[in-house]
Amino acid sequence: MKFSTYLEQIMGVSIFPVISLLLFVAFFTGVVVWIYTIDKKTIDHMENLPLND
Amino acid sequence: MELQKFTYDNRLPKLFAIATITWGAVGMLLGVIAAFQLAFPVLNFSEYFPHLAFGRLRPVHTNAVIFAFVGNGIFTAVYYSLPRLLKTSMWSNLLGRIHFWGWQTIIVLAAVTLLFGMTTGKEYAELEWPIDILITIIWVVFGINMFGTILARRERHLYVAIWFYIASWVTVAMLHIVNSMEFPVSLFKSYSMYAGVQDALVQWWYGHNAVAFFLTTPYLGLMYYFLPKAADRPIYSYRLSIIHFWSLIFLYIWAGPHHLLYTALPEWAQSLGTAFSIMLILPSWGGMINGLFTLRGAWDKVREDPVLKFFVVAVTAYGMSTFEGPMLSLKNVNAISHYSDWTVAHVHIGALGWNGFLTFGMLYWLIPKLFNTTLHSRKMAGTHFWIGTLGIVLYAIPMYWSAFRTYFMMKAFTPEGQLQYQFIDVVQTIIPFYILRAVGGTIFLIGVILMIINLWKTAKNGSFLKEEYGEAPALEKKYVAPKSSFWHSVIERKPLLLLVLSLIVVAIGGLFELVPTFLVKSNIPTIASVKPYTPLELQGRDLYLREGCYNCHSQMIRPFRYEVTRYGEYSKAGEFVYDHPFQWGSKRTGPDLARIGGKYPDSWHFNHMYDPTSMVPGTIMPAYPFMFENELNIGTTNSKIHAMRKMGVPYPDGYEAIANDDLKKQAEAITAGLKNDKIDIPADREIIALIAYLQRLGTDIKVKTATTK
Repeated sequence: MKFSTYLEQIMGVSIFPVISLLLFVAFFTGVVVWIYTIDKKTIDHMENLPLND
Repeated sequence: MELQKFTYDNRLPKLFAIATITWGAVGMLLGVIAAFQLAFPVLNFSEYFPHLAFGRLRPVHTNAVIFAFVGNGIFTAVYYSLPRLLKTSMWSNLLGRIHFWGWQTIIVLAAVTLLFGMTTGKEYAELEWPIDILITIIWVVFGINMFGTILARRERHLYVAIWFYIASWVTVAMLHIVNSMEFPVSLFKSYSMYAGVQDALVQWWYGHNAVAFFLTTPYLGLMYYFLPKAADRPIYSYRLSIIHFWSLIFLYIWAGPHHLLYTALPEWAQSLGTAFSIMLILPSWGGMINGLFTLRGAWDKVREDPVLKFFVVAVTAYGMSTFEGPMLSLKNVNAISHYSDWTVAHVHIGALGWNGFLTFGMLYWLIPKLFNTTLHSRKMAGTHFWIGTLGIVLYAIPMYWSAFRTYFMMKAFTPEGQLQYQFIDVVQTIIPFYILRAVGGTIFLIGVILMIINLWKTAKNGSFLKEEYGEAPALEKKYVAPKSSFWHSVIERKPLLLLVLSLIVVAIGGLFELVPTFLVKSNIPTIASVKPYTPLELQGRDLYLREGCYNCHSQMIRPFRYEVTRYGEYSKAGEFVYDHPFQWGSKRTGPDLARIGGKYPDSWHFNHMYDPTSMVPGTIMPAYPFMFENELNIGTTNSKIHAMRKMGVPYPDGYEAIANDDLKKQAEAITAGLKNDKIDIPADREIIALIAYLQRLGTDIKVKTATTK
């Protein structure tokens, strides 16, 4: 059995790249927005985690 | 809130640290030997025993440095930092021990099997299928222990180092499984399920991301933990570290095809690899800046503390090689660098500088902590630092020089339009650079020996702390997130969600890259005259794999005038459809072999394999006299043909049963031909099969009736 036959059964596989691009842009924008809204106290707590063990 | 008491177990980090140092020294020593073999081929000793020839030794060196040295380095860091960042003990001591001993068993099995020529023939994934399965099991054991620990934590937020550990774990699992799909023929022999272009694409998707998710992301986790520790100040920008993480894992997974520029890989896949490689500069340099800026206002400490010295050079080397990488994936630069010593220089900036120095820094910091003492000699560590840096420079510069020299000589034409230099002329002029490189490597290794002495004495001066105690309140069962919190803070509190998301992120990249090549038939135009290998050629091909010929010889002619003139018609994707695995190679220490078939008579190959210098004076190729004495094992023909047929190679039904008849006929024809040249050899020797394979290479498209469907 050739490997590619399994993949050929995926319906509408050509939409994958578009979905992935949209996911990437949306997710990345979300992360950028989040890191600018994150409050100073949380950041302080997070960045000191390695120093406080 | 009641404080709970718990212990940090130091025994596993200690064991992993010892393994890191031990395998590091072994792996580097093998590298030095291999480097000297290239300058002085007599050191191959292949007249006496075949196990130590360059083609078999080099994979042991690369596997040892990547999976044994860096692998154990990762585990040292994880088993030390993870419980401390999460304020809990490791979830299971037993799983930790299984992980440790399992991994060391894999390393020993790998070294032995590779030296005995048991290999899949795919770079950095050479290990045969039983070892691949063992790796999968041990990796899962490690994952269960890691996630058990994360779920039992007393700290709600996961520090960014842990994100890097999680992403590395899940991606390496995916890469290993996808690239190791193989069809077993016997206990220690299998064929890649993929063939030709598809195999190449999967292999370099794996190979590139092994660099990304084994050598880079876990070590970034290590940097984000140990650099702030050693500098005693938090990371420069925690926000930047989050961007660094997500953009790195998003982009890295797409960049694999930059290892296959100008090859028979479809054009769109090559461009995709280049585009994503260029984008990678941003997150990589974000990480480097984050590391270096952490030391702002603390540079006085760097002058004195050897740990910080090592970290600074490691992070700088990370920045240099992540700038060089994208540059190498530009097609015009890649035309020069590919198959040359430039690639070798590039990976060693990464391996010696980034992985090596970061590991050394971590060990100089960690061993005194584990043994509750101070470092035996700061001065000696400082000497190690300078020796190591000198070693890297002495290693890299000759390799860069050699790469350019090779390029200019290879592409030189005389005014009459002839190639100005033979391949052997080029080899001869770069041998001095090989010597310098070997000296550079030796110096680096001397530094490591100094470190071993220093750490040994440190350990003797102190007494080992088996356990350390910590206390922290338990996590509240019902957590109410502050109003201002964002969806991302949910991800970063929920490790399983983080795991799933990072898997989706990397799987999408992989799918987009791989699926079209598997699906669209027009990506690999078939060539009617390309036929499966005869049984004898197939056996010969397996000998080619066994001896690791791909370590020095490519089988992929790029469409350049100077390559086409030297080697023949450029390679077409359709020529490789029956190659399980593909053998395009990544380095040309010797000439390309894609069209070696028919170029020389059988007697030339016969003499050349017995004593290469007899045919090519001044060559650095090892001799293979044992192939003239070993009888070819034809007991395997049946199962090999069967496996190939199962994977879609069009041998007629039931051909496996009669394949050996054809094999013997072809072997006798070759022997008879050799007899005409006054060479007497029985037809059942390995060398006959190898000659059959070499004479087949690249000849299919020369068949007169060739038509493209």
